[in-house]
Amino acid sequence: MTAPGTAPLVHTAELRTWFTLRKWGFLRAGTVHALDGVSFDLARGEAVAIVGESGCGKSTLARTLLGLDRPTSGEVAIAGTPLGTMDKDAMRRLRATVGYVQQDPYAALPPFMSVATILAEPLRIHGLSHGRDRLTAALEEVGLTPAAEFLEKFPHMLSGGQQQRVVIARALILEPALIIADEPVSMLDASVSAGILRLLRRIQQSRSLTLVFITHNLATVRHFADRIFVMYAGRFVETGPTEALLDAPQHPYTQALLAAIADPDPDNADHDRAVPDSEPPSLINPPPGCRFHPRCPHAMPGLCDRDDPPAFQPRPSQTSWCWLHR
Amino acid sequence: MSAPLLAVEDLRLHYRTEAGVLRALDGVSFELNRGEAVVLLGESGCGKTSMARALLRLLPRNVADYSGRVRLGGTDIMALSDEAFRRDIRWSRISIVMQAAMNSLNPVIRVGEQVAEPLMIHAGKPRAEAMDRASRALTRVGVSADFMDRYPFELSGGMRQRVVLAMALITEPELVILDEPTSALDLLTQASIMNVLKRIKRETGTSFVLITHDVGTSSELADHVALMYAGQIVERSPARFFFRSPAHPYGQALMASVPRLHDRTEPRHLEGTPPPLIDPPEGCRFAPRCAQRFAPCDRPPPEARLEDGRRSLCWLHGAAP
Repeated sequence: MTAPGTAPLVHTAELRTWFTLRKWGFLRAGTVHALDGVSFDLARGEAVAIVGESGCGKSTLARTLLGLDRPTSGEVAIAGTPLGTMDKDAMRRLRATVGYVQQDPYAALPPFMSVATILAEPLRIHGLSHGRDRLTAALEEVGLTPAAEFLEKFPHMLSGGQQQRVVIARALILEPALIIADEPVSMLDASVSAGILRLLRRIQQSRSLTLVFITHNLATVRHFADRIFVMYAGRFVETGPTEALLDAPQHPYTQALLAAIADPDPDNADHDRAVPDSEPPSLINPPPGCRFHPRCPHAMPGLCDRDDPPAFQPRPSQTSWCWLHR
Repeated sequence: MSAPLLAVEDLRLHYRTEAGVLRALDGVSFELNRGEAVVLLGESGCGKTSMARALLRLLPRNVADYSGRVRLGGTDIMALSDEAFRRDIRWSRISIVMQAAMNSLNPVIRVGEQVAEPLMIHAGKPRAEAMDRASRALTRVGVSADFMDRYPFELSGGMRQRVVLAMALITEPELVILDEPTSALDLLTQASIMNVLKRIKRETGTSFVLITHDVGTSSELADHVALMYAGQIVERSPARFFFRSPAHPYGQALMASVPRLHDRTEPRHLEGTPPPLIDPPEGCRFAPRCAQRFAPCDRPPPEARLEDGRRSLCWLHGAAP
């Protein structure tokens, strides 16, 4: 092991999480290749965005990092400890180092608990002091003031944005090294979500946390992540620094995702968007070769439909899994 | 200049609740010309879906007030009996694609039958003709005619949403209401369905009322924008002006909060929450969150007519008495 601070906080190699479907009634048996061989390291204090459409495996990746889904094969380690080898106590200690911000704040907060009880619970479970000062400080950090007033409230008395701030406060209260935010603003109105994203970014930077920000919308990541991983059908298709990837996307799938986004502009009504009309592939029988080839405008028959593309580096900092860069 | 296809004037829809009367729509007015699309843009709880319900008279039981004037091509449709509305308006002249409608297809009826059904029921067409037109309607929205014999569960979410769109178009209505038509779908599917809607608008001259919270997507189809806030329309502007420089302070704040792919300025959020729709404040409903509020805002603002055909419900633009 290297000294703490230089070793990656999160390490994965060829990580696969598959789900087995059993035959049940007319439903067929099979294996869902939800996460199918991803490798990456995350440094301490780094914010990455994982971007892709529903079913691309981004939530499975989050759940695997949280220890909620068991990896089928490959390596995954947090702070040097492999997840697969942990016993119950080690798993509990791990959970204190990883905070989780869910998509739907209303579903994530128990309706019958006050905000004070919700925030005290993780501290109680881990045998830490849960005095009022601690809870007040947690609410102040996420901008819910006057904190004393919010401590007595129940989730249904809060707006969606306030609920999501409580979820963030709860995720931070054990002082984790890693925060996983799975679509933290997709249920919120635009006028509220900018505030939530800015809060996450500010806390991530001031506490030097590692942030994994999962989203389907590339338009939200520019100001809130250092690197972007683009996923498609269980795999990475492109990774790179945020600005470079948004300004010069290399993989045809990243290009299509960017073309699909409409910035508010009256000229949008005058032209069509360059997106494929077809749908993402099945993860039970993924297509051979490059998984994007059936929808790709540049697919090369005999190559893309046969051989898995390896990682290419079309630009110094960007990695793209596409035969075009060969 | 011919009369507008749709003219809504002072439309109200209030609900009775245990806590009092909830004013979901509180006197809204807008117009829509033939072959154009108006976007009703607003955030959750501003009355968007109540607007869809009010236009199609799909009302719950606890209605306390449903009043105002709605003219469709010269007919005052608010004056019609429920039976006449059902027979002559709903789905013959106005149809709707509801939010997450793809999940409301009948699971045990083949897709083709479901798309053809409105034509048989509302236009009394024979089955063979209805099925033939259903297959053409499906092709138009990007679903292969081979899917006629499939069941909804055999289709992806995006495909099912296209089927619902075909169902809304098959009777060739003058007006189609789209209530968050793509918000449950993936980005690429969303963009592809917006492409379909643009093409249909161009080719058939169908008029659309698009109801959405998604500012970016709304600009894909809009000729006009009606911005909603707390049960009212606070700004009405041609799209080419609204998306570049909204007039109402709420419009400005909303546009500043939208993250943009090709813009390096960081989005700004808006403090506070909309007022309750039960006993909303007397004056301007946006005033408590407005950075530009001043003394007159305690009283209800007038609708000011600005240049370029824009209207704004704001004292900044209206003469203080």
